Amino acid sequence: PAFGLFLFTIARDPLRIIILIAGAFFWLVSLLLSSLIWFIAVKASDPEDERLQKGLLIFGVMFSVLLQEAFRFLYYKLLRKAIEGLVALSEDGCSPISIQQMAYVAGVGFGLMSGAFSMINLLADALGPGTVGIHGDSQLYFLTSAFMTMVLIFLHTFWGILFFHGCEHRRWWEIAAVVVMHLTVSGLSFCNPLYVGSLVPSYLLMAAAAAWAYVLSGGSAQNLRRFLLCKC
Amino acid sequence: MITFMNNSDSEEEPCNERTSLMSAESPPVPSYQDGLQASEAGEAQAHRKRRAGSSRGPNNIAGGEMSGSGVPVRESALENEEEELTLKYGAKHVIMLFVPVTLCMIVVVATIKSVRFYTEKNGQLIYTPFSEDTPSVGQRLLNSVLNTLIMISVIIAMTVFLVLLYKYRCYKFIHGWLILSSLMLLFLFTYIYLGEVLKTYNVAMDYPTLFIVIWNFGAVGMICIHWKGPLQLQQAYLIMISALMALVFIKYLPEWSAWVILGAISIYDLMAVLCPKGPLRMLVETAQERNEPIFPALIYSSAMMWTVGMAKPDTAPRGPSQQTWDAAEDGREHLRSPSHAESQMSETRSPVPTRPISSLEELEEEERGVKLGLGDFIFYSVLVGKAAATASGDWNTTLACFVAILIGLCLTLLLLAVFKKALPALPISITFGLIFYFSTDNLVRPFMDTLASHQLYI
Repeated sequence: PAFGLFLFTIARDPLRIIILIAGAFFWLVSLLLSSLIWFIAVKASDPEDERLQKGLLIFGVMFSVLLQEAFRFLYYKLLRKAIEGLVALSEDGCSPISIQQMAYVAGVGFGLMSGAFSMINLLADALGPGTVGIHGDSQLYFLTSAFMTMVLIFLHTFWGILFFHGCEHRRWWEIAAVVVMHLTVSGLSFCNPLYVGSLVPSYLLMAAAAAWAYVLSGGSAQNLRRFLLCKC
Repeated sequence: MITFMNNSDSEEEPCNERTSLMSAESPPVPSYQDGLQASEAGEAQAHRKRRAGSSRGPNNIAGGEMSGSGVPVRESALENEEEELTLKYGAKHVIMLFVPVTLCMIVVVATIKSVRFYTEKNGQLIYTPFSEDTPSVGQRLLNSVLNTLIMISVIIAMTVFLVLLYKYRCYKFIHGWLILSSLMLLFLFTYIYLGEVLKTYNVAMDYPTLFIVIWNFGAVGMICIHWKGPLQLQQAYLIMISALMALVFIKYLPEWSAWVILGAISIYDLMAVLCPKGPLRMLVETAQERNEPIFPALIYSSAMMWTVGMAKPDTAPRGPSQQTWDAAEDGREHLRSPSHAESQMSETRSPVPTRPISSLEELEEEERGVKLGLGDFIFYSVLVGKAAATASGDWNTTLACFVAILIGLCLTLLLLAVFKKALPALPISITFGLIFYFSTDNLVRPFMDTLASHQLYI
């Protein structure tokens, strides 16, 4: 689905593609830094201690989430400057792309990159022999990974919109909400392989974020109804 | 910083690579100026007022507008107008370069992942005589550095040779050299490649079919690259031969040497294009002084000229534009001023008879594209291919390198917009790519693997 989003909404406009790739780049850099920290921590600690390793992992995950949000903020700053430049350069005084579109594209960029990194090795392994979880792990590994990745990509998109909106209007609580949501989702994934604990709340959160982002972007119940009715 | 990529390489022939990223020149600047002034005098004032301190974001990338070195200094108003025009289409040009680079990389990565031939070590080029099979790390490092030195000096020698030939107008020699090397590439390497692919997928093909296929492929390729041909076909061929070259490099360069060579060649690129006495810079300047295109076999251009050439009969009544089209007919790669009306740039490249040209403005509203040297393609693909081949079979590293290279290309194009002269396309991208490769391979991979094994998500 994320790829479909990309095809339908982003691939037309070259500017959006650039913003997308830059968003992916920023996510990548944040991942790099967070894994650097984790790596140093692991190397500096005792590799035999299971609990310590698990604790370090959790710490790494949280830190990574915080870094991702920090980089989203940096990206927002960069895009603001870019919009000013675009406005100054365009002929009719208004930018060819609005900040909301940029927010959307940035979110998709983040999401795609994180999704790709989560899934692609799995997919490559999936081409091999079909033995899922014969060592006692859950047999639904691939399915749940796929769903989790999808929900995460969507969430990133919505978070992008919410985050930028919060930054635009200086509503710090929105930004805080995004960060908290991200932390929650990551934390929930610690419940794996108890999939009920992680997938269901994540989807609920995603629905909430979707509704919120929709409202922020100017949609409303009437719009929705008109859209659905127009179709049939 | 244009680096020229000379495709005349093979095991036997000297390797000469220069990568280049060059913005299109506008040799007929006087007529362009006239036309532009006529059509946009009114807007000039408004534009100038609004251009206070425009900060350029990553998407304000010019399509590569460039004034020839012999052109007199233009008025600032005109420069502003031109800048704005080109910057407006900047994003489009970036995408026009993204797509071929991406395609090339995809081809290389796909081949590396599927055909095992290109990851087996079956010997080395004569340009890298020192083997890397030595037991100690220091020795290996030394060998790779020596290999790099030899390779770079060969490249420098070839570049200087080519520049000298160009300076002294030995065009026949250069053309012959290019034709020979592209012949070799198109036929021999394709044959090997096709053979390996068929072997991998266990598909049988008899010799006559093979002969016909390769003959057609090679002949059409020769015509497309060195003479006229549909733009997309030419672009496709250039991508193919870049991919083939990159595959050869990946196969025959020993591991550490490859990385050191990548680093060294970006430094060399930087120097060769920016230093006043750099061979590539001299080549570009000479080409501009003579208002000639750089050899078509070395450069990937995203827009084409010959439609404009064919427009000449239609535009006979227009006085000032005659010059424009005369110059245009010489080279296929001179690009024109950006188009206003056409929102779909690709249409400007369709055959002229179907395109109504009604006004002077429309005439001059042609596509301006960017040119990228083939060496850039090759080295980008080498980087990504090596990442795919040697990074513990990890797709994350490949993906990271890919994004890094694209961002580097973006930044380079942005700098191109700012500086408006030839820029080396290699350094920024390769630096990013190398950083990301090594860091992703060593730092991110364990992190992601651990996360994935516990199925945690960040």
